[in-house]
Amino acid sequence: MMEKMIVGRYLPADSVVHKMDPRAKLLFIFGFVIIVFLANNAVTYAVLGAITCLIVLLSRVKLRFLINGLKPVLILILFTFFLHVFFTKEGDILAQIGFLTIYKGGVIKGVLISIRFLLLIFVTSLLTLTTPPISVTDGIESLFGPLKKLKLPVHELALMMSISLRFIPTLLDETDKIMKAQMARGADFSSGSIPERVKAVIPLLIPLFVSAFKRAEELAVAMEARGYKGSEGRTKYRILQWSTRDTIAMFLLVALCAALFMLRS
Amino acid sequence: MDIKLREVEYSYAAGTPFERQAIMDVTFTIPSGQYVAIIGHTGSGKSTVLQHLNALLRPLKGEIEIGSRTIAAGRKGKKLKDVRRRVGIVFQFPEHQLFDETVEKDICFGPMNFGVSEEEAKKRTREAIGLVGLPEEVLGKSPFDLSGGQMRRVAIAGVLAMKPDVLVLDEPTAGLDPRGRQDIMNMFATLQKKNGLTCVLVTHSMEDAARYADKIIIMHKGQVYRTGAPRDIFSDADSLTNVGLDIPETVRFQRMFESHLGHPLDKVCLTPEELAAEVSRLRGEMT
Ligand SMILES: Nc1ncnc2c1ncn2[C@@H]1O[C@H](COP(=O)(O)OP(=O)(O)OP(=O)(O)O)[C@@H](O)[C@H]1O
Ligand SMILES: [Mg+2]
Repeated sequence: MMEKMIVGRYLPADSVVHKMDPRAKLLFIFGFVIIVFLANNAVTYAVLGAITCLIVLLSRVKLRFLINGLKPVLILILFTFFLHVFFTKEGDILAQIGFLTIYKGGVIKGVLISIRFLLLIFVTSLLTLTTPPISVTDGIESLFGPLKKLKLPVHELALMMSISLRFIPTLLDETDKIMKAQMARGADFSSGSIPERVKAVIPLLIPLFVSAFKRAEELAVAMEARGYKGSEGRTKYRILQWSTRDTIAMFLLVALCAALFMLRS
Repeated sequence: MDIKLREVEYSYAAGTPFERQAIMDVTFTIPSGQYVAIIGHTGSGKSTVLQHLNALLRPLKGEIEIGSRTIAAGRKGKKLKDVRRRVGIVFQFPEHQLFDETVEKDICFGPMNFGVSEEEAKKRTREAIGLVGLPEEVLGKSPFDLSGGQMRRVAIAGVLAMKPDVLVLDEPTAGLDPRGRQDIMNMFATLQKKNGLTCVLVTHSMEDAARYADKIIIMHKGQVYRTGAPRDIFSDADSLTNVGLDIPETVRFQRMFESHLGHPLDKVCLTPEELAAEVSRLRGEMT
């Protein structure tokens, strides 16, 4: 039941997006996240949507798989959509159902915000799907490298991040295992009233926390045993390489930004 | 209560690029009251098969008959609680399932989920903790203050307290000390013989499989490779080494002894006791 979640999973494949320098991907996404907020009319959203589709196509990740994996997030988006539809009071009245009044402004706002969310989530989950966590960290460490001069523990922060990313799937597998063990003992996670369900997750959460802490401790010991002592004097095994396609991606980003400035109303 | 698997197939993460077929075309029967051992190389699909025995996983193809219930592919199963009560599974490394404040409460968790009264559950807890060889004092302790081996025993007690008809064990003694292993394995065997419990044991120990099982199922690459009585299975060393398994020490000793002796013994001996009896009988014949 947990195996369909794709947040934080890496999907090995041979595509242009996979081959990109993680720094380029990170910069692109950082830019994209800002640019998305420039969009404010149909044309600009269409442009952004087209670019997102292009990236998905280039990455060779199956769209169906992406949508399936993001289902939990999609539910969240749907929720925000309805919040906007029901609680924004702008424009003409479209319909009246009981005590609820739906305004045109609310629907428009709901749609736009949902699309914005969707674009952001697609693009960011593509990052983890096409980049091994280790490369993501290398990229971040390299991009923030200059901050080391300000005595910021860039390496440690990057490492923390990569470890968290690395352990998301492990934690999900573990959840699945413990859930099954408790279900075998008659636990019921899928029915009952809300207080009953909240109570039902205790047998799941406690073992999960216990094993997460244990794992963290073991990992720390194992790393120390192999001589890890922070970034000082540590050499790199993987060297990041910036290539033409990364430069092209940067140009694309700038062009996109310019286009949005022109097209937005 | 028999459990029958018919052409069961299962893949993890089906329908995603991470899809991975774990078992296919698995057909076998676990007859009521018998001790069945499932052996196989690591990754051969044993744990996956086990999770079908109480409908934690539903097959993608084929069907499973658990007593009067049939779990078939494609159909949504409701009211699985009865199946779960009757088939108790002790998972690989079951100590990870402990969660409650005290050992007693943790062991009561299973029975009380199945509607057993608190009083009765506590009574069962006392019985179960004795069966796994722990003193009653541990009942008041936090499960997290116990050693790994003690935690394992508590987890096993938690399943025993459910009083299942079928007890499914996934490498229950991995990591226990030799004496503890023996005690626990003997306890399962006694329950099976005295109380008519059906036992399904997954193990990497050929010795345990030889000593306790009435029937052995060999899994290989997600499929059933062979099934049979231990004496038949372990008399054919080649078919075992083909799939990364081996004969028990006793049988190995017997083979060496036979090659020194120049002729085979009357039967394959599965335990040291059996072999010793056979050898001394032979000696009696000779003199
Ligand atoms: N949760 C899971 N997600 C994806 N694949 C899995 C999962 N669990 C098992 N598998 C895969 O299914 C196959 C069978 O695994 P299974 O755990 O049933 O083997 P096993 O015979 O119990 O091995 P072991 O003796 O090591 O316990 C393996 O190839 C394994 O990689
Ligand atoms: Mg296993």
